[in-house]
Amino acid sequence: MDAEEHILRLSQDPEWADLTPIPQDDGPNPVVPIAYKPDFIETMDYFRAVYKANEFSPRALQLTHQAILLNPGNYTVWHFRRLILDALGIDLNEELNFMLGISERNPKNYQIWHHRRWIAEKLGTDAASKELEFTRRMLSLDAKNYHAWSHRQWVLQALGGWENELDYCHQLLEEDVFNNSAWNQRYFVVTRSPLLGGLEATRESEVKYTIEAILGNPGNESPWRYLRGLYKNDPKSWISDPQVSSVCLKVLSAEANHVFALSTLLDLLSHGFQANQEFRDAVDSLRPSNSDPADSDLAKTICSILRHVDPMRVNYWTWRKSKLPSAVSV
Amino acid sequence: MESGRETVTQVEQWSVEDRVFRIYNMFASIPPGAQTTLLELQRDEHIKYLNEGLKQLGPSFVALDSSRPWLCYWIIHSMALLGESLDYELENNAIDFLNRCQDPNGGFGGGPGQMPHLATTYAAVNSIVTLGGQKALSSINRDKLYNFLLRMKDPSGAFRMHDAGEIDVRACYTAISVASILNILDDELVRGVGNFILSCQTYEGGIAGEPGSEAHGGYTFCGLAAMILINEVNHLDLAGLIDWVVFRQGVECGFQGRVNKLVDGCYSFWQGGVLALLQRIDLVTGEYLSLFDSGEEDSPGNSTSEGEDTDGISSGAEETCHFKNGEQQDASCSVNYTSSNHTRSLGNVETEPLFHSLALQQYILLCSQLENGGFRDKPGKPRDFYHTCYCLSGLSVCQHCCSKDYDSPSVPGQVLGPYPNLLEPVHPLYNVVLKQYREVREFFSRSRAKLN
Repeated sequence: MDAEEHILRLSQDPEWADLTPIPQDDGPNPVVPIAYKPDFIETMDYFRAVYKANEFSPRALQLTHQAILLNPGNYTVWHFRRLILDALGIDLNEELNFMLGISERNPKNYQIWHHRRWIAEKLGTDAASKELEFTRRMLSLDAKNYHAWSHRQWVLQALGGWENELDYCHQLLEEDVFNNSAWNQRYFVVTRSPLLGGLEATRESEVKYTIEAILGNPGNESPWRYLRGLYKNDPKSWISDPQVSSVCLKVLSAEANHVFALSTLLDLLSHGFQANQEFRDAVDSLRPSNSDPADSDLAKTICSILRHVDPMRVNYWTWRKSKLPSAVSV
Repeated sequence: MESGRETVTQVEQWSVEDRVFRIYNMFASIPPGAQTTLLELQRDEHIKYLNEGLKQLGPSFVALDSSRPWLCYWIIHSMALLGESLDYELENNAIDFLNRCQDPNGGFGGGPGQMPHLATTYAAVNSIVTLGGQKALSSINRDKLYNFLLRMKDPSGAFRMHDAGEIDVRACYTAISVASILNILDDELVRGVGNFILSCQTYEGGIAGEPGSEAHGGYTFCGLAAMILINEVNHLDLAGLIDWVVFRQGVECGFQGRVNKLVDGCYSFWQGGVLALLQRIDLVTGEYLSLFDSGEEDSPGNSTSEGEDTDGISSGAEETCHFKNGEQQDASCSVNYTSSNHTRSLGNVETEPLFHSLALQQYILLCSQLENGGFRDKPGKPRDFYHTCYCLSGLSVCQHCCSKDYDSPSVPGQVLGPYPNLLEPVHPLYNVVLKQYREVREFFSRSRAKLN
């Protein structure tokens, strides 16, 4: 149904004759005045009248529909619509159908997602698969839509449906391994899914998966941060797991973007990792010929290299260097 | 996973890089005199664009009909950053209009007659603070506003945007920010909000809108600023947060909002502001020192505490990028967290911010600025008031983040382009110009007692 079809001529409609429209109280000289079109003014004048009268009626419901089509950002209208839906006991599955077109036209609007959560909460676990399907559809239009991901996470936690979520993340990462939202969702699943046993149970396979992604694209920040996240609150395993240090070494020895491998190695060292000669040689080979002489402190050498290869963060690497534990000489 | 195939992220990123580098290459190829002209802040054009918006908006703005206090804030704050005050009549019109957005039961809505909403309350309060003066400041009903804030507080401690509205970090920040700037922040409002924000810091280091969501520049600013305002910033993983945010500045010289997303001029403030705030946090003790108040009593503490290594990267042996202020205040008096003993703390100031300030200014001036006024997200996008506000705010943060004291003039070397590009400094916790922040502090400094 098209928006135009819905526009009622309220002032000429006998059904609305009993109601006195209330104009907007903008004052004599408003700032940021908007040049409203006549249909908007009329709709909102009647909306204010039903809103003020707390009129929970089918015609008021229809009016909120019209007002939402004209400005889906009006949270007052949405709120009032929920009050009417409650009062009239409307079938909320109908309401989901009403939402479809509006959602696709306004995928980043806070109100549509909040409204959807309200509906799904009322429908309960029966709504889970429909909501997962809906978010999947919205994410097929924009795989990083923040609201869609938030909604999906809420659905999983409140209504369930975890069974295929890891596969879904995998599928999205297959399509675009740079999709950080999909990595974030993967973290959400491995840490919170009631079916997987938490980080301890999944870490080994996740590390393998992540390292493969890193080696495919060493300049992709997402899997590096994900890898670090897999050892959150467990610095001991972080520095002792040979898979972590060896992926750094592999990337450092390859023709690749070395920034994340260097910064990860720096992080390992700051947590107590003891690097052997192999690491020192790999790092040393990256020293620019015009740089400072090699430092006996590997972490310092890494900071110096990062200052050269990552000039956007030159201040950061200088600062990191200044914060290194062995900085005893002032 | 193969590396040979191009993904959507890569294709979009390369296309933006291409546009941006074309601008930078053109810039590099022209004579220095022409370069200076290109780096000029088009003050007159910006003011013209802003003034026109304040006076009249076209029919397409109906999409922002529930954000009219935001339109006021974006425009009025931009003008204030440019050092331009409104003429008397417009100022009165703005005060009158915002008052019509104020709900009889407290808070401000998106327009006259709309429900009060925390985001538009923040925008309205910041607009009124920026307008300043007795008439504007006394138009805010603080007693009712306090009740509105309490009504928006969820049992968990977090805040809802409006009656039965969504809960997120934005709501928490806007509630805490207005309460703080109006001097009505108390234990009741603070309770539990820090734990909610803490639960939104992600494995990446940044802060998300809700627990489990992705780290995001806007929410990271909101979360960090709120944590500082309630004196709980030391609970965050600050080392992780710093590492995440410094990596958001990309080869385009501007900031992106999330990992592997595109650069956007508005993050010049959200992410740049995060770094400006972090610059004033003592990573050992987690204390924040503001340089922004003057004339208040000296705080007792200025001692250097040899704290434990809280962040995994600092040894605690020396402080660089932060100030010391030994005063620890409890939440009830956190509105007075700002104290002015900075003259004794300046010895510890690191004058370099952790991001690349000149590069960011280059992105803002060459890629976001339009010569006929206004700023945009990125080349190829149209200008708008939101991006104008946050590009200018980010520019101001860049120009002033290196000054030891915000009162002293910025060092010319820190201002990219001609020195008249210099904007008014902002208070980065609230994003209002410093001069107006001081006025509102003074105005409400002694009236908290009367409230209860």
